[in-house]
Amino acid sequence: MTLKLTASALAIAAVSASAAYARDNVQVAGSSTVLPYASIVAEAFGENFDFPTPVVESGGSSAGLKRFCEGVGENTIDIANASRAIREKEIKACAESGVTDIIEVRIGYDGIVFASQLNGPAFTAFEPADLYNALAPKVLKDGALVDNPYNTWAEFNADLPDVEIAAFIPGTKHGTREVFEEKVLAVGCEVTGAFQAMIDAGMSEDDAEDACIAVRTDGKSVDIDGDYTETLARIDSNANGVGVFGLAFYENNTDKLKVATMSDVAPSTESIASGEYPVSRPLFFYIKKAHIGVIPGLKEYAEFFVSDEIAGPDGPLAEYGLVSDPELADTQAVVADEKTMGGSM
Amino acid sequence: MTDAANTPAPSDMTPAKGSLHVLDARTKKRNAAEARFRIYGLSAVVIGLVFLVVLLTTILSNGVGAFQQTFISAQVYLDPAKLDKKGERDIEDIKKVSTFGYTPLIQQALFDKVQELGVETPLDSAKDMKALISASAAAIVRDEVIANPDLIGQTVEFRLLAASRVDGYLKGRVTREAVARDKNIDAEHLDLVDALREAGVIAKGFNLSFITGADASESRPEQAGLGVSMLGSFFMMLVVLALSLPIGVAASIYLEEFAPKNRLTDIIEVNISNLAAVPSIVFGILGLAVFIQFMHLPQSAPLVGGLVLTLMTLPTIIISTRASLKAVPPSIRDAALGVGASKMQSVFHHVLPLAMPGILTGTIIGLAQALGETAPLLLIGMVGYIATNYPDGLAGGFVDPNSAMPAQIYEWAKRADPAYYERAWGGIIILLVFLMTMNIIAILLRRRFERRW
Repeated sequence: MTLKLTASALAIAAVSASAAYARDNVQVAGSSTVLPYASIVAEAFGENFDFPTPVVESGGSSAGLKRFCEGVGENTIDIANASRAIREKEIKACAESGVTDIIEVRIGYDGIVFASQLNGPAFTAFEPADLYNALAPKVLKDGALVDNPYNTWAEFNADLPDVEIAAFIPGTKHGTREVFEEKVLAVGCEVTGAFQAMIDAGMSEDDAEDACIAVRTDGKSVDIDGDYTETLARIDSNANGVGVFGLAFYENNTDKLKVATMSDVAPSTESIASGEYPVSRPLFFYIKKAHIGVIPGLKEYAEFFVSDEIAGPDGPLAEYGLVSDPELADTQAVVADEKTMGGSM
Repeated sequence: MTDAANTPAPSDMTPAKGSLHVLDARTKKRNAAEARFRIYGLSAVVIGLVFLVVLLTTILSNGVGAFQQTFISAQVYLDPAKLDKKGERDIEDIKKVSTFGYTPLIQQALFDKVQELGVETPLDSAKDMKALISASAAAIVRDEVIANPDLIGQTVEFRLLAASRVDGYLKGRVTREAVARDKNIDAEHLDLVDALREAGVIAKGFNLSFITGADASESRPEQAGLGVSMLGSFFMMLVVLALSLPIGVAASIYLEEFAPKNRLTDIIEVNISNLAAVPSIVFGILGLAVFIQFMHLPQSAPLVGGLVLTLMTLPTIIISTRASLKAVPPSIRDAALGVGASKMQSVFHHVLPLAMPGILTGTIIGLAQALGETAPLLLIGMVGYIATNYPDGLAGGFVDPNSAMPAQIYEWAKRADPAYYERAWGGIIILLVFLMTMNIIAILLRRRFERRW
């Protein structure tokens, strides 16, 4: 009987805890690409300030922004990490649940690299056209738009290894996918002339753009919904595999992977900062302005994140693989003034 | 088989075809079938054992390294000019110097040591020492100074963590070939590490903080430990035990001893069995919807994790409790009722005590299952960079954001730095030790107290 009493007491305590509970730590969720950076900052933040260490969860940019837009209040997250900019649709969804004042913070740039097994076939140089030919459902061959006939890389580019096409690309919930589509597939589509051929065939421009970024569904291209470790595991077990990774991930796994150049530029923090390496994207986090002043340490965390000693070119983030933003000072001003998207103060 | 052979016909009595001592073809066939079945069974057992051995050796060989860690001992001069510019030893002033202010002092200390030992190395500035020292070192020194401001101006001996690449080199994970392609560390650094190791400045030691410590960010896997998430698991198990044992036992006693046998109880019974087979991720979604979104309980809290795992453990406990109540012979109940006990007295004074060993065994096995469960925790925010602070106090243990052991292992396994891979295996060893202990306790309880009739 006493056990039963304890149980009900605990249940009551559980319910009342929610009412009395005030959150004193910053909660962050979102992109798995930003997660390592955010955790490095959170750790240093916890060490140097009297606030508790912020909690950082992953799950992907879209999932993070969805949780971000659930509403305002202590049981919603304060910051969403994203490896792409927030979409109009998401801003609207946010506004509908009362999240109106959003501060956008760009923390730097990340390169997307194409890598294969260290001792595998010699994938050393790619052009966007190569990846388009390998992965698109429809390609231009002998002047006609046909269903992708290629089984090996050498069939369309004699410089590439004569092995079965096996590409592991990020799934659609990842922000990386969008960059891959825009900066590789769409470019390749245009360069190979497939885009023009689609227009000539009577497609509208929008439809042709959509068709350009589609990928073949016959198993030669595999969507990876998990993290880069999953892509690495696939490459590990398939010598012919080519995978899409973040620069930082590659740099931590140089003992297993070799990287390919893109349009003859090798990916590095320098070539990405200078804009020479074509496949890079900005990384962001989004702050709920309504939580500033309510959740202790939120603004301090954001300011600390973009400070020179953290996000600057010599800071720990750059060391881990982030390409630091040349306009960091502007970002610092945005955070200091709590300037929301759309310009209101 | 013909009829003629089966029916004994006295008219043409032929002597029996064979004796029992001579095996006929059919007997031989049957014996062979049995022998084959024995071989199948034996090989199944052997295959199972081989898998077990392979599994255990893989886990041990991959994970044992996590219990060792490389340390650097350094005499750090706590320069007052850098750490307390005003010289007033005011704690607020000292706190203003962040860990970035301490890093150069530590690098200088190690560099001085290298010079003092006379090691020949092409690395000629204090900044080159950065690749050897863990990023956690600055925080250790800073915490010590803040706790004890009088140390400023003195030279203090610290035992600091070496960077994960150095640790990997000593453990054989980082090879010289791989280093050539690694931007974090060079071959010159490894030469220096060899020399310092000879001099006793760098040494491997037992890594207690792997068992007791908190999670660390991706830039310093050498600091990560399982301690905080172990506490998270502990608080979750407290919730599970406090809720599922009384609820489960009460439900089973009612169903088994008091409830009328009718359609309704049949439906309940079938549903409890079905509930035991529901994939655990379903409970996670339920927990997210009910406990977090509807009841507004805090996210990432062991309390919510415990509630979700309670739902998962309840069917296990109910089923095992009912089985052990059923195993108590009806004669015990009849005897109790016969001497005038009420129904409730017969249950609580006689049946329940006899069923207790079985109930406890079921509970422990249910808890062990819950302890190893990861899937529902993914959905209630217990995976990520979370297990970073020790909970403050008992109440904090339930509501402060925390992870759990299996969730922490999952998180480590997906991080980029290969050093985390080793820690994930190490974490599995600790988790297995816990699970084995719980199962052994369950077996002992059963052996010691269970009665058979």
